[in-house]
Amino acid sequence: MIRFAAVRLLQAIPVLFGVITITFILIHSAPGGPFSADKAVPPEVLIALEEKYDLNLPLWQQYFGYLEDFISGDFGPSFKYPGRNVSELIASAFPTTAELALYSMIVAIGIGLFAGVVAAMRPNSVQDYAPMSLAMIGICMPSFLLGPLLVLIFGIYLEWLPISGWNSLPGDKILPAITLGTGYAAYIARLTRGGMLDILSQDYIRTARAKGLSEIVIVCKHGLRGGLIPVVAFLGPAFAGMLGGSFVVETIFNIPGLGRFYVQAAFNRDYTMILGTTIFFAALIVSFNLISDILAMWMNPKLRQKDLGDEK
Amino acid sequence: METKSKSMSEKDYSEENSSLWKDAWTRLSNNKLALLGLVTLVFFCIIAFLAPWIAPYGYEEQNLILGASPPSYQHLLGTDIFGRDMLTRIIYGGRVSLLVGFIATSVALVIGVSWGAVAGYAGGKLDAFMMRLVDILYALPFMIFIILLMVVFGKNLLLLFFAIGAVEWLTMARIVRGQVMTLKKQEFIEAAHSMGLPKQIIIVRHIVPNAIGPIIVYATLTVPNVMLLEAFLSFLGLGIQPPESSWGLLINYGVETMEEYPWLLIFPGLALTITLFALNFLGDGLRDALDPKTSKD
Repeated sequence: MIRFAAVRLLQAIPVLFGVITITFILIHSAPGGPFSADKAVPPEVLIALEEKYDLNLPLWQQYFGYLEDFISGDFGPSFKYPGRNVSELIASAFPTTAELALYSMIVAIGIGLFAGVVAAMRPNSVQDYAPMSLAMIGICMPSFLLGPLLVLIFGIYLEWLPISGWNSLPGDKILPAITLGTGYAAYIARLTRGGMLDILSQDYIRTARAKGLSEIVIVCKHGLRGGLIPVVAFLGPAFAGMLGGSFVVETIFNIPGLGRFYVQAAFNRDYTMILGTTIFFAALIVSFNLISDILAMWMNPKLRQKDLGDEK
Repeated sequence: METKSKSMSEKDYSEENSSLWKDAWTRLSNNKLALLGLVTLVFFCIIAFLAPWIAPYGYEEQNLILGASPPSYQHLLGTDIFGRDMLTRIIYGGRVSLLVGFIATSVALVIGVSWGAVAGYAGGKLDAFMMRLVDILYALPFMIFIILLMVVFGKNLLLLFFAIGAVEWLTMARIVRGQVMTLKKQEFIEAAHSMGLPKQIIIVRHIVPNAIGPIIVYATLTVPNVMLLEAFLSFLGLGIQPPESSWGLLINYGVETMEEYPWLLIFPGLALTITLFALNFLGDGLRDALDPKTSKD
């Protein structure tokens, strides 16, 4: 277990390094720079600016300079917001995105687990088909369609919920969380159903039934533990997907999160901001993947054993 | 079902291929939802292909006096704010959406299959290196990566194919590698080896065809992902650019005016959702038919 975690942690280093390198090459091979989009800056000023931010140096020197700063924990100053550095900007916008992702995750796990377990308890019956058909709709309905439709129905026609904003009106977090969470709820429902069907046909479940345990104890105590493994393994990627999806949801609902910030930075060629945000997202995704893999492994006795025996 | 196809291959090797496909077809045609998906998809593709002859109005034909009108007998799906026929716009938009879906998937398919096959077959250090690279790319927050690509290099269609393909090949590479690693230990590959066949021929002629089931299945399930991605980018204003149009772009326009003219959002949304439905059902059906082992239920 610990060995597995340590190996994975070490593997994360080249991953992050790769992310930095690819992003760096990408943004610097783009036409235009952070100061070229502005209203014509006098050439002297441009030179001074480039000197200030080391943009006049050869690319490889900039690259190693950035790496050096990065290792000492400095993401550098933002080009577009003078006087503020990237870490500050990320720290100010990220909590909103994190909160959105958290609520969406609650929606996704809550609905997904419930629907999946209900479906697995009576396979190939109405109790199975109804939630699974809904799940299919959830998968096929992109968030940028679902969001506006929800706004149209609950915000404009019924006037039950606010249609945009964040932290300004009561209930303004409900629609964004549902919009972002639904697709993942659908995936989780399918994974839960699959996992539970696998487990519920095992011998030890039959033993539990023979012992006369109630169906609820069998499903919740004995079934879920094994049946949830694929779901737990999915949570890491789901989280990554939610960060990406937050771009759209933040745009639809006018939420001041990191996603919108990022798109803006990319348009502005704000090199340090792009790099900083990309690395930040990548680090988050890598750690969440790691956590969900470790959890999934810890929950599966077979894999735990294999890890001990297999010393490759 | 699994044992059936196995015993068949033991009985008569030369017929294994065709009977495996026949077998798969029987299973697929028993799956009503998958068939419905297939029919819907073919129908949409034909309409998209024949767009210039089928569309009731011209693509750019405006009727400013009419403006945005709800569905009527003349305009089955209504018109947009410039008085352009929505049905026509959706048919032409579907052309782009479907095209992006299939081409970008093909890009992903070619990269993923060759990458996975080489890595799985070579094994050892090369395999470790190649899969490490895949892991690194996996960890890239790909949405960010694509947004970056589109913003930085301008928004052209070719780049869109490349960008989406560049992201979607990773899972394909992993699947193919896994398949190849099991296949290469089998006797018929050993036999090919002992006959002195060169590696490339073994990979192309013997290994890839035997891994084709999961490849087809996964490719079918990639198309809806790709179409979603294109729609997502177009929605952010980073994908297809006007005057071209795609379902994602139409949805984007629809959102802007949904309070007054909800049909401008609902119909392109329906078109996209139905297509994704069809593809997913077909993909699930194909998985059950071609690859009973990995089938979830």
